[in-house]
Amino acid sequence: MSEKMRQKAQILDKEGIRRVLVRIAHEIIERNKGTEKIALIGIQRRGVPLANRLSGYIREIENKEIPVGVLDITLYRDDLTTLAHQPILRRTEVPFPVKNQKIILVDDVIYTGRTIRAAMDAIMDLGRPNIIQLAVLVDRGHRELPIRADYIGKSTPTSGKEIVAVRLQEIDGQEGVFILGEG
Amino acid sequence: MVQKKNLIGLEHIDVHEIELILDTAVAMKEIVSRPVRKVPTLRGRTITNLFYEPSTRTRTSFELAAKFLNADVINISSSASSVVKGECLKDTARTIEAMGTDVVIIRHPMAGAANLLTGWIGASVVNAGDGAHEHPTQGLLDLFTIREKKGVLNGLKIVIVGDILHSRVARSNIWGFLKMGASVSVCGPATMLPADIGRTGAAVYCNINEAIKDADVIIMLRIQLERQKAGLFPSLREYARLFGLNRERLSLAKKDALVMHPGPMNRGIEISGEVADSLQSVINEQVTNGVAVRMAVLYLLAGGGDA
Repeated sequence: MSEKMRQKAQILDKEGIRRVLVRIAHEIIERNKGTEKIALIGIQRRGVPLANRLSGYIREIENKEIPVGVLDITLYRDDLTTLAHQPILRRTEVPFPVKNQKIILVDDVIYTGRTIRAAMDAIMDLGRPNIIQLAVLVDRGHRELPIRADYIGKSTPTSGKEIVAVRLQEIDGQEGVFILGEG
Repeated sequence: MVQKKNLIGLEHIDVHEIELILDTAVAMKEIVSRPVRKVPTLRGRTITNLFYEPSTRTRTSFELAAKFLNADVINISSSASSVVKGECLKDTARTIEAMGTDVVIIRHPMAGAANLLTGWIGASVVNAGDGAHEHPTQGLLDLFTIREKKGVLNGLKIVIVGDILHSRVARSNIWGFLKMGASVSVCGPATMLPADIGRTGAAVYCNINEAIKDADVIIMLRIQLERQKAGLFPSLREYARLFGLNRERLSLAKKDALVMHPGPMNRGIEISGEVADSLQSVINEQVTNGVAVRMAVLYLLAGGGDA
């Protein structure tokens, strides 16, 4: 991220993130009529703490333990040949069979949709889930593929020159969602 | 992130690059453990195995690593190619490149062959063993295996026993272990220890019992049977008695010491069958880890940019 980027707006604070995730937890339970066969898979890196938190909120509501997996989509990216340097590979750990499960992918921001395309390919390589749903904290628009999220924390129109920065305690030591831009 | 186009040896690679390869290999190992061992990462890339020496495990390991990453693989062995018609290395390499290859993996009996190749072709070069110089992916997979089992490399006492003089594995291991902060001892008959090996920073022993005392890791090297004809040691029986690793000798090392061997093993010579099959032996895991480490190397070399 460029140092020149200036913080233009804050769209969620700590309490805002919590409220949004609690609402998504309720929506997941409602849409799936309970928690049976549900498993969460967080996309590295910030989807992972979000998936863990959602699992915790669902436990508080339904008193059910929802398994959480971790997915690194680097090897499935469609832009590997155009990047100057290979992105660092992180851990993939899905300690449950995905076959016939309801998989809920969790990521911080949905933008072009390419990450989600890669994530779906990665999950298909692990098995054949019954359904894949998508939960994101922020939808910033500008899709390049016919992909949409099932659970959205906050929809925010952005310009392509802006950056949506999600900061989470577990990774960044602070909480908040910010829009960064030049000037 | 420093981007190197070739992997020739561990002597001239820095700690960060070694760590990057090992960390990448952790993610690759997960793929190897899946029911479907295939990711699309290197789709459309071509990788050529150019082997001027016989090899089963290294060549197969590279081939599987490339295939798990969805690259196309060509295997060329010297006995079944234009090499027997007298074509020189330079022309063979350029021909392969002209057909379109992104990575050339080379094994050659002459030290320095891989490095020479880098000056002749634009494709990435991976050294799969050049003479008695280096075998970097074996060194890396040993580092990976030890780090996985012990959690760290820094501060470990690692002993390498056998024919150090002719061993490219030993050389790559010594450089790699020392860089990662381990202490290294080498041990073997005096005729099989290079005169200047101490200059690397490794301690030198001719008595295995002294060498493996309190060791965390013991790496046994294969004794090449033809060396005996060269008179480097009197008999295989004597070698086995003086330098072979058996249960009794293993008890001199730490209780949880790892036993490793780059293969292929001569059971009953450098290592007893009992030790090779013991719980302390990680020899089979070395083979599995070899595929993961080679996947990491191929990904880092051919994954991005215009390789």
